[in-house]
Amino acid sequence: MKRSTARVATLFFAIAAFACVASAQAATLDQVKSRGMLNCGANGQLPGFGLPDAQGNWTGFDVDYCRAIAAAIFNDPAKVKFVALTAKDRFTALQSGDVDVLVRNTTWTSSRDTQLGLNATGTNYYDGQGFIVRKALKVNSALELSDASICVQQGTTTELNLADYFRANKMKLKSVAFAQLDEALKAYDSGRCDAFTADASALYGVRLKFAKPDDHVVLPEIISKEPLTPFVRHGDEQWFDIVKWVHFALLDAEEYNVTKANVDEQLKSQNPEIKRMLGTEGNFGEQLGLTKDWVVRIVKGTGNYGEIFERNLGQGSPLKISRGLNALWTKGGIQFGAPIR
Amino acid sequence: MPPADRVTGPPKGALFYNPLFRSFAVQAVLCVAVVALGWTIAENVVENLARNHLTSGFGFLHTTAGFDISQTLIEYSVSSSTYLRAFWVGLLNTLLVAILGIVIATVIGFLIGIGQLSENFMVSRLSRGYVTLIRNLPLLLQLLFWYNAVLKALPDFRDSYHLWGGAFLNSRGLFLPRVEVSGHPGYVGIAFIVAVLAILALRAFARRRQERTGRPMPVFLWSVALLLGLPLAAAFIGDLRATWTPPVLGRFNVSGATEVLPEFVALLIGLSLYTAAFIAEVVRAGLMSVSRCQTEAAAAAGLRRGQILRLVVIPQATRVIIPTLTNQYLNLTKNSTLAVAIGYPDFTQIFTGTVLNQTGQALEVVAMTLAVYLAISLVTSFAMNVYQARTRLVTR
Repeated sequence: MKRSTARVATLFFAIAAFACVASAQAATLDQVKSRGMLNCGANGQLPGFGLPDAQGNWTGFDVDYCRAIAAAIFNDPAKVKFVALTAKDRFTALQSGDVDVLVRNTTWTSSRDTQLGLNATGTNYYDGQGFIVRKALKVNSALELSDASICVQQGTTTELNLADYFRANKMKLKSVAFAQLDEALKAYDSGRCDAFTADASALYGVRLKFAKPDDHVVLPEIISKEPLTPFVRHGDEQWFDIVKWVHFALLDAEEYNVTKANVDEQLKSQNPEIKRMLGTEGNFGEQLGLTKDWVVRIVKGTGNYGEIFERNLGQGSPLKISRGLNALWTKGGIQFGAPIR
Repeated sequence: MPPADRVTGPPKGALFYNPLFRSFAVQAVLCVAVVALGWTIAENVVENLARNHLTSGFGFLHTTAGFDISQTLIEYSVSSSTYLRAFWVGLLNTLLVAILGIVIATVIGFLIGIGQLSENFMVSRLSRGYVTLIRNLPLLLQLLFWYNAVLKALPDFRDSYHLWGGAFLNSRGLFLPRVEVSGHPGYVGIAFIVAVLAILALRAFARRRQERTGRPMPVFLWSVALLLGLPLAAAFIGDLRATWTPPVLGRFNVSGATEVLPEFVALLIGLSLYTAAFIAEVVRAGLMSVSRCQTEAAAAAGLRRGQILRLVVIPQATRVIIPTLTNQYLNLTKNSTLAVAIGYPDFTQIFTGTVLNQTGQALEVVAMTLAVYLAISLVTSFAMNVYQARTRLVTR
């Protein structure tokens, strides 16, 4: 009896100690600096957005966003520890402080912004949900999918949109939900499901994972709005600002043609917008808690938004996704960087 | 022989050395420590929740869930069912696989366990081989094997195997014909209950007669006859007719059928076979714990081999088997959470998976999940304890 009581006490002690660690939260920026490393929640299974290669090097659009934040803080884009998160574990990991920022193709919704205790920063990819099917099925529209088995990743807005879409169109839904993206894909690829649904950007990426990519076709319907956005925790305004403004800086750099290759040259520019952005005039970086040359560090580390996009998703990648909505506002898209001033 | 004062206790005044006082003091200190820790944790949680602006409470259970579940034993609609409904759906799915798994694992486990001690060379070797192979491979691997390697190898639904009675078997699962019953099905139910009661009465009578006269009665055969005959007769009287609607091939799936999902089958097979290997070892140990003299004595008394096993060995082995068997049942139930890996919508997948993610109520959802598994385990243990108390050796 005594021994088991002691054991219970030890257990409680461990839990309490754990809880205390979480409660002793300093400002996130200070924590990151003293750790010397940014902890970034990333996807880990999605080509184009976040995927480690055989050597453990992470690549992807979201991954480069983490690198850009690290570059702004440390002047070194390599100072990131990537934590691969499944869709269903990602918010808990951010809430509990396991990661400093969640850049994992995550849709901005009102409940995530409020009830989950998180803040959406700036949408880095405007997406929508689509379907991929086998060509052999001769399906031309998602509206023909009534009674079809559909594989989906669990704990996503995708899962909810799917139910909504089928309900709205009075179609019969048979979904099979998997916790892991890879499991869902394997099930679809082996014939367990007729269709797989995810964000359209992801469909292009996962198609490359199939045994025969050319046997599959993405259907034309986009059934939802998916503004994919990096998230931070509630309650640290400074950190919220930093993540948000790294995004705007990447967009502004593209707008004013500041690239990885020409950034040193652009330092001599007389354009006041560029001077403010690169810190040769004003101290806007310091106002964020960073240094004056924060944008120079970012662009040197990862390139601007356009460069990140083309390298991971666009023409420089196997995915060949066109910019579409994600073109700058000056080029017919809706990516619009707030001004640095 | 110790001095007398040691036996009667310490001298007066040395309260600190009083064993009774000391044990009370230690308990009290521990109690205070536990309560203080609990208090700290609760305070900490509340404070952290408030600081991160997280809402808490169980109100979310009454909002619409809005996601689909592939297997529902009770009615569940995407458009109107609440998270609470999803809770029950998940719980029933877990109970379904746990209960069926326990039954199947017990049957296979007993057969293999007895088989290991068989004098037939092939039977004993094969049984041992089974235990060695299954017991030493990780369960997750086995589940993935059944799901990916075996069930996925079934044909596409367009080339389904056509089974007897119009059933279909393909990589989407097993599709059984829908049976609709007309007439008075209630009669059959009543007949069944009557049959069970009659069998119980018959058994009591047979036992008393055997104690009195020493003559056995073929209770088993009579039981089978009653169990089959009475409901059949009732069906005849009640003009029971079953309409058999075989499923039809649709564009994407087999429709109009009762479905058995491949995820469910893979989980059930994996869990049952895995646990059966452990149960086989438990059974073997139990049987071996019964002294060989018992078998020999029973044989000398003229009992047949089956009777020896059934009447002498197994009742005594049961006492050894039950406690460890309970552990295996608990393991099976807890292992069913590995369903997450193969997409079977068990309680963990639905509740700590989708519901937790959609609502963000981590504390509430995880607490409810812990409570559910604790409750299932405690109920299982309780039932097994009751059973054990009934089979305890009666000493005179």
